Amino acid sequence: MLALAGYLLGALVSKDRQVFLPGPTTHGHYQIELDCNACHTPMMGVKVDACEQCHGAELTEADDSHPAAKFRDPRNAELLTRIQVTHCVTCHVEHRPELTRSMGVTLPEDYCVRCHEDIAQERPNHAAYGFETCLNGACHNFHDNRALSEDFLAEHLHEPAMLAEPVGGGVAKGAPTSSGWTAAEHDADAAEIDGAALERAVSEWSASRHAAAGVNCRGCHEAEQRWVARPTHTACQSCHGAEVEGYLRGRHGMRLQAGLSPMQPGLARLPMRDDAASLSLGCGSCHGAHEERPHVSAVSACMTCHDDAHSRAYEGSKHAASWRREVAGEGAQGTGVSCATCHLPAVRTSPAAAASHTQHNQNDNLRPNEKMIRSVCMQCHGLQFALDALADSELVRRNFQGLPSKTIESLRMVAQKRSVTADNTREDEP
Amino acid sequence: MKRRLTHHALAVPCLLALATSCGGGEAEGAAGGIEPKKVADMLHAVMEADRTTYTKQVVNRLIKEQKVRIVTPETEEVVPFGASEQWKSEHGKLPLPAQMFRMGAEAVNAKNVGFTYGLLSSWPINKQNKPKTDMETKGLEAVVASGGKEPFYGEEELGGVKYFTAVYADVAVADACVDCHNKHQDTPKSDFKLGDVMGGVVVRIPL
Repeated sequence: MLALAGYLLGALVSKDRQVFLPGPTTHGHYQIELDCNACHTPMMGVKVDACEQCHGAELTEADDSHPAAKFRDPRNAELLTRIQVTHCVTCHVEHRPELTRSMGVTLPEDYCVRCHEDIAQERPNHAAYGFETCLNGACHNFHDNRALSEDFLAEHLHEPAMLAEPVGGGVAKGAPTSSGWTAAEHDADAAEIDGAALERAVSEWSASRHAAAGVNCRGCHEAEQRWVARPTHTACQSCHGAEVEGYLRGRHGMRLQAGLSPMQPGLARLPMRDDAASLSLGCGSCHGAHEERPHVSAVSACMTCHDDAHSRAYEGSKHAASWRREVAGEGAQGTGVSCATCHLPAVRTSPAAAASHTQHNQNDNLRPNEKMIRSVCMQCHGLQFALDALADSELVRRNFQGLPSKTIESLRMVAQKRSVTADNTREDEP
Repeated sequence: MKRRLTHHALAVPCLLALATSCGGGEAEGAAGGIEPKKVADMLHAVMEADRTTYTKQVVNRLIKEQKVRIVTPETEEVVPFGASEQWKSEHGKLPLPAQMFRMGAEAVNAKNVGFTYGLLSSWPINKQNKPKTDMETKGLEAVVASGGKEPFYGEEELGGVKYFTAVYADVAVADACVDCHNKHQDTPKSDFKLGDVMGGVVVRIPL
């Protein structure tokens, strides 16, 4: 017993808290699983506001369909006896992989029935569908229904698979430059950089927008009047606040946000390249420290680490072909589709806002993947095609090489309800 | 029904009811509290005043009186400014007055200050806004039966908590209210006329 107590105390002191984990964490939290305090009280209860601190803003932005405030209304008190939806942990129990399904949900997949058992009376065309299909058929999400609401579907009933004029507006593009520094060079200490590298750094910087904007060496390399050989995201944050905020909320930066060491591909659950396993992620991992290389940041940087089927299939996709055309100057700016076009999209605070920034939380629009439809897919594709494609997991794995194998019924149902003739027949492969 | 609320229970509602006073006046009883009925009336007066002001001084003024026109960002086409049910996704659209009212109710619910309110109807476009409790059903029937002249008051227990519940008539005051509800594809009633009671504002105060 004493030995066990000593072992646990030692683990606690050394901050090697792996031994205290009650079970594997979900895909969303495993990176920060050793920062117990992020979610737990000192006695290992769950903090009341733990979920909201990280996810509250995105739920508000998503126009959450089931906000806690709705169920604080006494008229919904009876519903809370069926399912306590004001507590996130009712549906999302951590450390229970045997129960955990997509989106970290641990309730049985037909849980909608608890409150919506009479939906067929209100909407007779729903009678044929089982409650296990509500959330699994690209028809409804529990929180984010911005691309699935009836009104939105009704606005987009007749769109072809490929819109005539892509809206564009992906990540900032620029003329191709040499790939320049390797990831290892970015990880090197300043003292290890020889004179030639320094000369190259100054040369690259002098052609950059940093130089044009008057941001010189000390702008990034100096903090509290001391030289910083390898500036971190905090140096970038002073000018690129929105980008760094997203970065710290996403998979690339969430460990830093939690006060842990930087994420390394070797720690990831997704397949990563073996030769990238020990790299440490920072802003410079994707962005040149001194040179501008947007086309590298948008594809090549991703491929430095990511080695899953979807990533590997990109090169053979039509998206990649369009990107190559744009990079080669054969396609108009904004017509190419890179990794970043979908996963790090340019976002505006409102449709009328003149300025945009790149969303650096690559998970912001990823799960459920319908979150990507409005901001990304529909810049080029019609809604029916986008819904069908994202619902086809095998097509996603192939990075959209081919056509969707299924047709999501919700547009047809909306068209019938509104007595509009639906014509969502897909055209030839876009 | 002579329940009274203490000053403490009224602190936040009184902050919201900017134009009202918590101290003194005929509503204050010997124990220093204010009758729930009076509190509900005060809260509703603020809600109604704000809604009317938004409708007349913002929506009607900009759209009908000044006929403001705006530039569409993508096409630079000049189009009339407007109010729309789809205001969130449409550029340059104001929320409808009823939506503005609901957003206020949701914001108050989110603050968890102790009282709640909402806009309900026996003929709702959104089925979530149909009456759920017996008191809501009775209240909506009562304000319709009175032609909107008399509010309805009662008490009910929900989730183990007793509430004073007041229902105030929501009357069609403009053509836009009637037109939108009569023509909406989800409406269960399409023969509303100006002056009809279309629903009710339900105010709940925990006792």
